[in-house]
Amino acid sequence: MSKILQVKNLSVHFDTHAGKIQAVRDVSFGIREKKVTAIVGESGCGKSVTAKTIMGLIQRPGVIAEESRIFFQGEDILTYTEKQWEDYRGQRCSIVFQDALTALNPTMNIGKQITEKIRVHRRTSRQEAWQEGIRMLEQVGIPGAAMRMRQYPHEFSGGMRQRAMIAIALTLHPQLLIADEPTTALDVTIQADILEMMKEIQKEQGMTIILITHDLGIVADFAQDIIVMYAGKIVEKGSAEDIFYHPAHPYTEALLRAVPRLDILGGQLETIEGAPPNMAAPPTGCPFADRCKKRLPVCETRSPQETELAEGHQVFCWLQGGNDDDR
Amino acid sequence: MRDFIVKRLAQMASVFVIVSMFAFSIIYFSPGDPLYLYTSPSVSTYKMSEEQLDDMRASLGLRGNVAQRYINWAGKMLKGDWGLSISNHQPVKKQILDRLPNTIGLMGAALLLSVLIAIPLGLLAGYHKNRWIDNLISAVSYLGISLPAFWFGIMLIIVFSLNLGWLPSAGMRTIGVESALDVIRHGILPVIVLSVNNTAVFVRYIRSNTIEQKEEEYVMTAISKGVPKTQVLLRHVLKNCLLPIITMVGMNFGTLITGSFIVESVFGWPGLGTLCMDAINSRDYTMIMGITMLTCIVLLIGNFLADILYGLADPRIKQGKEARNG
Repeated sequence: MSKILQVKNLSVHFDTHAGKIQAVRDVSFGIREKKVTAIVGESGCGKSVTAKTIMGLIQRPGVIAEESRIFFQGEDILTYTEKQWEDYRGQRCSIVFQDALTALNPTMNIGKQITEKIRVHRRTSRQEAWQEGIRMLEQVGIPGAAMRMRQYPHEFSGGMRQRAMIAIALTLHPQLLIADEPTTALDVTIQADILEMMKEIQKEQGMTIILITHDLGIVADFAQDIIVMYAGKIVEKGSAEDIFYHPAHPYTEALLRAVPRLDILGGQLETIEGAPPNMAAPPTGCPFADRCKKRLPVCETRSPQETELAEGHQVFCWLQGGNDDDR
Repeated sequence: MRDFIVKRLAQMASVFVIVSMFAFSIIYFSPGDPLYLYTSPSVSTYKMSEEQLDDMRASLGLRGNVAQRYINWAGKMLKGDWGLSISNHQPVKKQILDRLPNTIGLMGAALLLSVLIAIPLGLLAGYHKNRWIDNLISAVSYLGISLPAFWFGIMLIIVFSLNLGWLPSAGMRTIGVESALDVIRHGILPVIVLSVNNTAVFVRYIRSNTIEQKEEEYVMTAISKGVPKTQVLLRHVLKNCLLPIITMVGMNFGTLITGSFIVESVFGWPGLGTLCMDAINSRDYTMIMGITMLTCIVLLIGNFLADILYGLADPRIKQGKEARNG
């Protein structure tokens, strides 16, 4: 299966007054074309920073490490010039942000915000772009699209606003769509509608999606591949089946136990005790060691390397061998 | 929107009444007497009798306690009678309205200049936050805020009128010359002095707005659509950071008026400012009240227009108001 995106040794840090915050630490993964990959983890694990890096949205004080490489269809996008980035953004790769209320310009109507994207990439007339905008709004299930084009973001309900945001991202049919917590700010019912809509469009157009979320519940019947991140590192990656039925990393297991389920009645919902490490001074060993119930002495001192458990299922854990190559 | 306007007008009327009361009592309680001219032996050898003075007080509306005098004045004011100047016995209204266009012209030109200069400088500084260009613009604007207008005006006169001889130093017209160009030549230095302070304040404000708006997520959305960065700045950031400037201009109307009084004095510009200074020096109560009330009206209208404009420019406000007012 061909990979549309290859991330190699990606590290991103932020120079702040509190010190060097290491948001992403030596992360490598591939994204299969026309599949949905979910990047899962709690707040601050580096998943959003990873997404923004892929869009070329990291700005000072954010710094991408020298040795990092991101190949999009074979091209190393981190070497792009500003002009190449402008060409790439929106046209080949798009992003949907969590909160459409802040992610849309409050003083520009939706129509202009869609047509702007069309007109920076294509030589089309205003009318043609406007018609295309209406089609996009219709595609994401916004009723009265022609009228809605002239409205401002605050005149939309939360769900409709997120649909409009998705419509903007889907405009010009990018090969890769990054959805950064696309439904987190919404009610559960609306959340389900929007995921359903995204799923349909993905199937219809054979689009590649990276779904960034902290909610394993929405991942289950949407993503084919799952990457679990913790404290700026990948702890486990594999197919949805691998992750849900054969989780190998204690953190993945703990996350799964923390998902509320209807089929198990009674009892208390499990939580993961403790808090993620301070990213200004991340631990030298396994980042999860501090909260891990199965930790070994080695976990605290040395970082585990990748262990391949099955085809496409890798884990970073000493319990699974930790792949002790000293290099 | 209509309800909003009606409400604001009622508010303005009550502010107007309160201001008039304050101004009237401040003048009443301040020391000095317009009749000093007629009673002091040092000014005139002829000394009026008490009876004559009393008649004069009656004719000038200076008899009675503060409340009676206020009601007397306000009643006439409501009928459109602004009274006669105590010092030159000419109608106050005519004198003020004759001078008003000169001051409005000065203020308008200064405001326009401020906005035209401040927008590009503020955007540039905000966009290049903490780089050398920002440091330069910020330093100059701090200087602009701290420059006293009277000193700066005198310096400009020394350089451009006295030493270089490029521009006239005072007045509004050269005697015998009747051309708009002549008025403009006279106006250049006063307008510059009057605009400096506001320009500096606006630059600071636009700079901080730009910095704030640049961090907003919608800017990231625009960039992620592939929009070039300068276009993001001009199409997205600019409008959102200029919106609050409308209110800012309305609020700075007051400083503009007081500033114009100082500048007019320095440059001998025949506007409301010089008229007011003369009136204060000669305790010309009717004239002071007339100018104060007019200034108050100008200020209220300025703020009112700013609010209306803001409502029209910002889609959120427009809709919010309609929704609130049913």
